[in-house]
Amino acid sequence: MEKVSLRDAYGDTLVELGKRDERIVVLDADLSGSTKTAKFAKVFPERFFNMGIAEINMMNVAAGLAASGKIPFVSTFAIFGTGRAWEAVRQSICYPKLNVKIVCTHGGITVGEDGASHQALEDVANMRNIPNMTVIVPADDIETKQVIEKVAYTDGPFYVRLTREKFPRIFDENYKFEIGKGHVLREGEDVTIITNGVMTSFALLAAEMLEREGISAEVIHMPTVKPIDKELIVKSATKTKAVVTAEEHSIIGGLGSAVAEVLVENCPVPMERLGTPDVFGLSGKGWELLHYFKLDENGIIEKVKKVLERKEK
Amino acid sequence: MITFEPQFFTERNREIDDGTLRAIAREVRKDILKMTTNANSGHPGGSMSAADIIVTLYYYKMRHNPENPKWEERDRFVLSKGHVCPALYSVLARTGYFPLEKLMEFRKLGGMLQGHPSMDTTPGIEISTGSLGHGIGAAVGMALALKLDKSDSKVYCMVGDGEIQEGSVWEAAMSASHYNLDNLIVIVDNNNLQIDGPVDEVMSIYPTMEKWKAFGWHTIEINGHDFKEIKEALNEADNVKYKPTMILAKTVKGKGVSFMENRAEWHGKALSPEQLKEALKELGEL
Repeated sequence: MEKVSLRDAYGDTLVELGKRDERIVVLDADLSGSTKTAKFAKVFPERFFNMGIAEINMMNVAAGLAASGKIPFVSTFAIFGTGRAWEAVRQSICYPKLNVKIVCTHGGITVGEDGASHQALEDVANMRNIPNMTVIVPADDIETKQVIEKVAYTDGPFYVRLTREKFPRIFDENYKFEIGKGHVLREGEDVTIITNGVMTSFALLAAEMLEREGISAEVIHMPTVKPIDKELIVKSATKTKAVVTAEEHSIIGGLGSAVAEVLVENCPVPMERLGTPDVFGLSGKGWELLHYFKLDENGIIEKVKKVLERKEK
Repeated sequence: MITFEPQFFTERNREIDDGTLRAIAREVRKDILKMTTNANSGHPGGSMSAADIIVTLYYYKMRHNPENPKWEERDRFVLSKGHVCPALYSVLARTGYFPLEKLMEFRKLGGMLQGHPSMDTTPGIEISTGSLGHGIGAAVGMALALKLDKSDSKVYCMVGDGEIQEGSVWEAAMSASHYNLDNLIVIVDNNNLQIDGPVDEVMSIYPTMEKWKAFGWHTIEINGHDFKEIKEALNEADNVKYKPTMILAKTVKGKGVSFMENRAEWHGKALSPEQLKEALKELGEL
């Protein structure tokens, strides 16, 4: 599969939005080259605000801009946007339900060589726990473009998690992203695999390999972690009676937790979660680190076999 | 009760003498004490130190419209030290944003006046605050937006002296001068007391004027209870170009009630009904 850059798709889409709508403003904290907001800055310098290395203030300023009718997109690395600035996001953006779009790059372990300090393995959990926040984790460039266009014109606070690493393209132009909706990419009978981000491409690979072993896996891509598509999860789990989640994030508080919450309250079935365990990351190449943490097709297959064993008991 | 038609407030620098402002501020101080005692919680001390400044902003200086809180041409006021909202709620009620009776809903379940300002529930609140150090950043965002829109509206923001211990205040201060926000005026309510005691003992913020100056701000020091000085400082800020203005207002915590003045214990504690009676007597109600 061709590998594509989610952050470039973000930068390009911002420029398109900027051309169409003067209310679009963009803020960055000295990382515009990496987050790709520099593309917007080049075309619309008067609507781009570099806030320096000061993420808390950046979130508060974005809130003030939104309260004045602007549509601010705010970018930095995921750990700084959702960690360092967490309480500004909570107080100034989410509590008053302001129209701020936080789009962070460098989510997950694929940040790579920079190591633990820069790898956000907690960002989805950090944003999911704040009322009024919507959390979206796209899988490729085509989806990213649609997500950015959609959140620009949907009222309220959003967190969109992008990555440094390029990911395999899995969608084509017929794909249609909807906030709060999961997408069945492959139907199956024996087990449901629910993923987002880079893990969706691994889930598709895993499902093909499982098919050769006679195991029929349903693959659901779940870009919106909050609000999660409860209906689809329940429908699929009722059919397959076994669920595996996989995400490039800590197993605490992210997609796996969100799916578990739905299952336990609605249709408890055996479930396994794949993600980074409760540890910090470490330096290495992005794709090396994915394999190191078994965040790949083999890791998913291992979890599927484990959940199927539990299902049979 | 001193009342004005809503249109009185839609021009800046209105004809209102210091004696009238003082009389209004006295009513506001009574409201603050009644509200907090009625709720048996809240922050009367800092509300009393901030009262004269907030009264001057809403009755003399700012262009606003109580009948249309979202009026585009309005000047904005951001209460970054959100805990002193009793003073702001009283002024909003008295200028006509909502009925005076609502003040007794302060901090009550189901009431519209939350313990700290919420823009969702209360007309006239520009941004929700309460956690210190964030409101000033939002004020910077509003000032930037007004510049983009080529509006001549101004943003006034009050921060506490204890609040400026928060690093995010200085992030905001740096960004305001970087973007030449001459439409932003910050007033530091310098009553020199925070919950744990005198500001200079807990964590000194001094020398304050020099810090803001070094961050690129035009600075003015005033007595925050002298209406002439408050008016003059606000008017001086109108003529400052390409930089934001910081007004350091020397104030007295608990101002107006002898047994409350300069005492940290009244930061976050309401008067008892008996103490309220004493205080109202001093303020000339009983």
